[in-house]
Amino acid sequence: MNPEPSPPAVLCRGLRKVYDGGHGIFRKPSPSVVAVDGLDLEIQRGECFGLLGPNGSGKTTTVEMIEGLLAPTAGEVELLGRRWGGDDAKLRERMGVALQETYLPEKLTVAELLTLFRSFYPKPRPLAALLADVELEEKQSAWVGKLSGGQRQRLAIACALVGEPEILFLDEPTTGLDPQCRRQVWGLVASYRARGGTVVLTTHYMEEAERLCDRVAIVDHGKLVRLGTPAELIAALPGGHVVELEVERNGAALAAEELRALRSVGEAHLSAEGVWSLAVSEPERAAAEALALLERKGLGLARLGTRKASLEDVFVALTGRHLRDG
Amino acid sequence: MAERPARPPNPVVQLTLMRLREMAREPGVLFWVFGFPVLLAIALGVAFRARGPEPVVVGALPGIGSEVRRALAAARVQVKDLDADSAARELRAGRVSLLLLPPAGPEGELGFRFDPARAEARTARAVVNAAVQRAAGQTEPLAVADHEVHEPGSRYIDFLVPGLVAMNLMSGSMWGVAWVIVHMRTRKLLKRFLAAPMKRRHLLYALGLARLLVIPAELLVILAFARVFFSVQVTGSYLALFAVAVAGSASFAAIAIAAASRAQNTETVSGLMNLITMPMFVVSGVFFAYSNFPEALQPVIRALPLTAMCDGMRTVMIDGAGLVDVLPSLVVLALWGVPAFALGLRYFRWS
Repeated sequence: MNPEPSPPAVLCRGLRKVYDGGHGIFRKPSPSVVAVDGLDLEIQRGECFGLLGPNGSGKTTTVEMIEGLLAPTAGEVELLGRRWGGDDAKLRERMGVALQETYLPEKLTVAELLTLFRSFYPKPRPLAALLADVELEEKQSAWVGKLSGGQRQRLAIACALVGEPEILFLDEPTTGLDPQCRRQVWGLVASYRARGGTVVLTTHYMEEAERLCDRVAIVDHGKLVRLGTPAELIAALPGGHVVELEVERNGAALAAEELRALRSVGEAHLSAEGVWSLAVSEPERAAAEALALLERKGLGLARLGTRKASLEDVFVALTGRHLRDG
Repeated sequence: MAERPARPPNPVVQLTLMRLREMAREPGVLFWVFGFPVLLAIALGVAFRARGPEPVVVGALPGIGSEVRRALAAARVQVKDLDADSAARELRAGRVSLLLLPPAGPEGELGFRFDPARAEARTARAVVNAAVQRAAGQTEPLAVADHEVHEPGSRYIDFLVPGLVAMNLMSGSMWGVAWVIVHMRTRKLLKRFLAAPMKRRHLLYALGLARLLVIPAELLVILAFARVFFSVQVTGSYLALFAVAVAGSASFAAIAIAAASRAQNTETVSGLMNLITMPMFVVSGVFFAYSNFPEALQPVIRALPLTAMCDGMRTVMIDGAGLVDVLPSLVVLALWGVPAFALGLRYFRWS
């Protein structure tokens, strides 16, 4: 659109956030927590960028620092080529935000709430257009408190779209929603992108990141673990396939070393539910080798399955943890 | 302006509407704003209206003669016959104000046993003494005439209603602003508004404005009630009354903003509010005149915002004052409100 090279949508350099431990008079002193530990990010305009990580990995803190809602302890943030601390109101008019959890005023109707948000912007999107965006036309006179979880989330996104933002931040937009509501939210994101918008979202759902995001940053303990397109990240996994194995009664009867020692197995991880995930390139051969191992050890097989590798497997391979383990 | 539908809505208007709608759609809030003060006025009004003069109750130990009893009956003094044991107990518990001891000593004098530190005991002694002296033939050397007070304007209820109005406006402003702020903070709504380009001061204006808009309705309900059921009048200027109400509410709203500026949960702010309001409920003269407190405390009590508001309300309602007469109250309220607002805005925490 712009002939001049426009600045990236988001630029972070050495971003760091340390929460001080309590040192008040009444509180017990607690150690300080490093939530974000030296993050570098560059997000291009028009891109859908995903921050992927378990709870407590620093995703929300990162996003809130970019949104100018939290002050970084160190490092730099540029949003749409500008820094926070100048004309902040102008910059806020250009972004839209849906926080991880906002309890919108329950006693207002949908139309009243959107009108309230419209009053904060100089050139707000018309009410009818906003209602149409999120398919809440029929609910415009309903109280916010009477909406379902999915409708409320769509309303939160409508509030973020009020100012026709250039960039939209969605912090865990589909957490706690059923698959159908989740797909509706994905549809919203897609149509916003079709209008030329940039999206930054955090999620711990693999499917969401794979479906929506052009690029994904995997973060853990406040650090960038890996960055790339979903396909690149999955391709970097040894093999690209996964064999899932469940041992009768006790998964811990097998050791990771024993499985890794098998010729066609790259990586092996045991989940909290007792399921072994083996990263492999030839699923049939790996399955046969694993079965032979079980027989040698006199262990019974509860379940065996194979599938293509996903971002979840990438995450497990990189961090040794499952995303949902938190 | 109506011809320009594209004009975006005004943020202060919209935020104020949000508060008014939340209030109107929350039955509990309506009760605390309008119902509670009326109920309190009913309870206290009934308690103090129907009551005649307190009967004097005294205890008689064995040996009190019938002459004394007749004299006391004529003076409408109730006499309970007690033995030595029960007499001590009843006196301690305050169920009798004084004990009559049978005549003793060289001149056979009647004995009064009582605690002079108790007002009702002193009253009982005076009444009993006058009755027995009169029966023994004493006449009053000086003629006196009693003029009893029953007319509106000088009864307890006349004193009480302005105090209740002031107290209610204080509670409404404090809870209606501070609690709402903290509630919005804990639910991340403040953060969400800030992420949208809402101007911080717009929200604070709106919270104050929503309060001020409720004041006329609040005043009207309580004053109309007091007038219809207790014939409580506003003898002075309604403008002055409204000025005190607005200044008081604004001042307490500012104090509320300061109290809520950093509180992270509603428990903290509730405690803080009670800490601020409870002492004023007691000392500022809502239920009884603050002149009962020691002289040394008077300047402190008079400097409190609720005292200023109660005094201002009473000067207007009872003494028939106008705008000029309530200026001292308005000054005290401003001296609390302005610094409190500045402080609150300075330390306000948005998340």
